Amino acid sequence: MSAPMVDVRSVHKSFGALEVLKGVDLQVRAGEVTVVLGPSGSGKSTLLRTINHLEKVDQGWISVDGALVGYRRSGDKLYELREREILKQRTRIGFVFQNFNLFPHLTVLENIVEAPVSALKRPRKEATEAARGLLDRVGLADKAGAYPKQLSGGQQQRVAIARALALEPRLLLFDEPTSALDPELVGEVLDVIKDLAHQGTTMIVVTHEIGFAREVADTVVFMDDGRVVEQGSPGDVLDAPRHERTRAFLSKVL
Amino acid sequence: MSLTSDPPLARTPAEPEDYGALKVVPVRHPWRWAAVVVTAVLLAQFAHGLATNAGWEWEVFAEFFTAEVVLKAVWVTLQLTVYGTALGFALGIVLAFMRLSASPFLKAVAFAYIWAFRSIPLIVQLLFWFNLAYLYKELQFGIPFGPGFFSFDTMGLVGAMSAAVLGLALHQAAYAAEIVRGGVLSVDGGQLEAAAALGIPRLRQIRRIVLPQAMRSILPNAANEVISLFKGTSIVSVMAIGELFYQVQVIYGRNGRVVPLLMVATAWYILLTTALSVIQHYVERHFAKGSTR
Repeated sequence: MSAPMVDVRSVHKSFGALEVLKGVDLQVRAGEVTVVLGPSGSGKSTLLRTINHLEKVDQGWISVDGALVGYRRSGDKLYELREREILKQRTRIGFVFQNFNLFPHLTVLENIVEAPVSALKRPRKEATEAARGLLDRVGLADKAGAYPKQLSGGQQQRVAIARALALEPRLLLFDEPTSALDPELVGEVLDVIKDLAHQGTTMIVVTHEIGFAREVADTVVFMDDGRVVEQGSPGDVLDAPRHERTRAFLSKVL
Repeated sequence: MSLTSDPPLARTPAEPEDYGALKVVPVRHPWRWAAVVVTAVLLAQFAHGLATNAGWEWEVFAEFFTAEVVLKAVWVTLQLTVYGTALGFALGIVLAFMRLSASPFLKAVAFAYIWAFRSIPLIVQLLFWFNLAYLYKELQFGIPFGPGFFSFDTMGLVGAMSAAVLGLALHQAAYAAEIVRGGVLSVDGGQLEAAAALGIPRLRQIRRIVLPQAMRSILPNAANEVISLFKGTSIVSVMAIGELFYQVQVIYGRNGRVVPLLMVATAWYILLTTALSVIQHYVERHFAKGSTR
């Protein structure tokens, strides 16, 4: 087996006295879709945020695409990276937030063009062309000049996905991408994510959409109380869970 | 009629009436009209007084409103305002980010600065600056605590005008710092997180993402500060600087026409404050892009 695209090793993370991650291990291979399920407070969002170093881990380590996240090894020491280097690492990892976090004072097109131009130093003209292509891909070619507030939640999340894709990341992280949406808008966002999955994009999706997990995931990971309780194919974890806690969770959400 | 009695049996259920065809009579507001009349009479009295009371001496007002000495004084007032605002907000932005920084030392220094300069009355501070030469005879540039390269005579360097600008700017910086900090705090934390997740360089995050959004809550307060600084420049008249209020005092000291000359100053202050308010309107509109209110 080749080296995993994402390698998480015995990661611990506390916020004050509260230990949120209690030794998490996770491997994701290139081109795979991993869906992380679990009750709220189980640490799944925090895990996702440690992978692009929005949260610093207290113990353990994470590597993405062969590079340690947030640190540089030299001899037998790990040196913490400077913010500039961390920002550079993040351009290879796309992140989609639950609340979209689009920049409200910039148009849809400006939202997408901003990072390629300022972080990757792409020429603005080239980045704009690419952005228009991405908008077309998420079905919003006619909204380039609109401001985020003029769009529905589903449209905003699709713009946020296009914005993450504009950096051509090697890995995409989705943090409950449909949880802030009205029920009738969930489908359009999941369709875009499914599309990306079929094109072989490596991604980790934290979600409560069991149907989506069953249909798209290569691996389903169930987390509870800061630990990975079980993982496997959707068939195994969703239909024949081995752990009591997984069964209890699934019986509540299905 | 008692409420408990049965409905009269004789009445058949009426046809549903067509209310849409009836004439609507709006509620009348007689007291509102009374208040309007009283206010109008008071205003008319005031206007009549302005026009007919010889004490206003409008011909003296007209003579001095555009007199060269007054125009020069207006120019000095504007310079004090512009320099005070520019330097004050420049230092204020630095102090705001010091207070928002992760370093306890920088935080404490910025906090102490703001505490000190908000505590000292502006007029006291101005007099201190004016008398700086009494404390430090000369100022020197060089290695801290080491040898110096150039030195200046304090008297020559800190003239009355620069002492006034310095005093106004340092005072303004303390207030500007809090206004800018408030604006930055009003921007949703998710915005910085999104910018960080996209790898946007740090300075660019501040300039392109945070400040334009912070401007929406900074601007109304900043405009207040600029206008109050503009009028506050009259306080430097204690340092015998030829700004508007000082000059007007000098003139009425000579000719004794106090009221019309105070009106000259008043009219200029009102005129220029109006101009600032108009500018504020357009600047705010610029930063309201993409917002729904």
